[in-house]
Amino acid sequence: MVAFLLRRFSQSIILLVIVSILGFVVLNLIPGGPLAQYALDPGMNQDDRTRIAAQMGLDRPHWVQYFDWAWRLLQGDWGTSFRDGNPVLTVISRHVPATLLLMGSATVIAVSIGTWIGIRGATHRYSVFDYVATVAAMIALSIPTFWFGLIGIYFFSLRLGWLPAGNMYTIGDGSLLNYLHHLIMPSVVLALVHIAIWSRFMRTATLDAISQEFVKTARAKGVRERRVIMKHVVGNALLPMITLAGVQLPSLLTGALVTETVFTWPGMGRLFLDSLGYSDYPVVMGLLMFSAILTISANFIADVVVALVDPRIRLA
Amino acid sequence: MTTLTATHIPPTRWWQSRVVRRFFGNKLALLGLMMITLLTFACVVGPYLLPNDSLYVDLRARFSPPFTGNYYLGTDPLGRDIAARLLMAGRISLMVGFFAMLLATLLGAVIGVIAGYSGGWLNALLMRTVDGFLSFPTIFLLLALAVALKPSPIMITIIIALTGWMEVARIVEAEVRSLKEREFVLAGRMLGLGQAHIMFREILPNAMGPIIVAATLTVARAILLEAYISFLGYGIQPPLPSWGNMLNGAQQYLGSAPWLAIIPGAAITIAVTSFNFIGDGLRDALDVRNDNL
Repeated sequence: MVAFLLRRFSQSIILLVIVSILGFVVLNLIPGGPLAQYALDPGMNQDDRTRIAAQMGLDRPHWVQYFDWAWRLLQGDWGTSFRDGNPVLTVISRHVPATLLLMGSATVIAVSIGTWIGIRGATHRYSVFDYVATVAAMIALSIPTFWFGLIGIYFFSLRLGWLPAGNMYTIGDGSLLNYLHHLIMPSVVLALVHIAIWSRFMRTATLDAISQEFVKTARAKGVRERRVIMKHVVGNALLPMITLAGVQLPSLLTGALVTETVFTWPGMGRLFLDSLGYSDYPVVMGLLMFSAILTISANFIADVVVALVDPRIRLA
Repeated sequence: MTTLTATHIPPTRWWQSRVVRRFFGNKLALLGLMMITLLTFACVVGPYLLPNDSLYVDLRARFSPPFTGNYYLGTDPLGRDIAARLLMAGRISLMVGFFAMLLATLLGAVIGVIAGYSGGWLNALLMRTVDGFLSFPTIFLLLALAVALKPSPIMITIIIALTGWMEVARIVEAEVRSLKEREFVLAGRMLGLGQAHIMFREILPNAMGPIIVAATLTVARAILLEAYISFLGYGIQPPLPSWGNMLNGAQQYLGSAPWLAIIPGAAITIAVTSFNFIGDGLRDALDVRNDNL
């Protein structure tokens, strides 16, 4: 187990290094590079900019600059926002809870509905249910998230008036019920694609598990079919789903960005777009790196959890 | 003494092959193919047949709902014909999707072949780079790149390809790794063929099936991504219409002019669904054992 953990951990570290190099390349692609905040200042001439560039160490070779930048990232110095002068990490951490709430509830919806559809599709293979679920999943994967959000707002907010069209809560009303009321539509909209993904993967995993020898054994021993499915099949089919949860994190974040835009949800996606609008590149870069680190950590944790649950992996 | 009679076995043409028959036996794939053909045809020919130009501004007819006069799909906030704009936008969106797929597939295939064939540290480096790219949420990376580089249609195509080649690279790498120990590759080496020749002329054609499937699904993905970033205002820039940027700003008129949002979104959904149906049909027809999405 220790060997497995160490190997997996060192892989994550290598991945982090590669991700940081990619991030550094993007940072330097931005017009003006790290100097962007001074590029439009009319009170500065070329000499001033050259002097500031020297002060910021931008005249050094790229690899020196990279190590300097990466070292500061490690120490938690992610730069300061051009917009309000706050440290980037502070700005980001203010927006993390809203996004986590949205992604968390979307995941709960997607996992519960998706696994149910997947198991039912696999146990009733080639039935009408299975066929409809397959086609519906493919259509769900093709609907742009923001469009689904707009259609939802049109029907449920503007036409029926059942759900709020945006924001996280009504100003002046901080009750839990009010939060939940605002959470329903964005989380369902974000969940749609993931219900489709989870149901497809769960169907495959269940079919794989059903064809295993231990299922035959259980059936041969006279275990009731329902118990075979619930205990032996689903238990094993759920294992790869832990990995899937980690792998799906970037696409969940992508969906969250679009959903947050449509529903004016004050999360990381909203922050990313606002920062782009203000050319607040330190925050943009910070979010890019933050989301990648989040993904790598999630994948690492998912693998560790799978190894803890499944001795076959940790001993291999 | 018995006589042997030779029976003439007609050669199998490509359209009689198992793969093609299986593909055309798949109703959804066929539906997808038909819809894409129709859509492409409409986008190419349609603008010449419609009574209004996509850029003509009719200020008296602003916000006309669908089926007013000869504005079959209504007009936008500037009084431009949505039907004409939808078809012109389709040209852009389908082109961006198609060329982004071509570029991404090419890039992915080259990197995948090199990684799979060489093995060792080069494989590790390339495949970890693939993992690195996959660690970023696509939209975050796309938007950052779109802001960094000037968003012309060609640049949008390139950056969508830059964020979409990893899937193909992974598929090709796995295929090549399993193929490179096969006899025909050894034979090629014995004949003294060059590395590049073996990689791209001997091994790669054998991995064509999975590549075609991945490429079809990449078109769907590219059209969606273009729609996302154009909707957010960082993709194709007006006055050039795209399905995504037609939706940009539609939200504020959702109550008074819902067709502004409904129509382009429906076009995107139809196009993307069709490509997904085709890709899925191809996967079944080529029997690529991979039920993943």
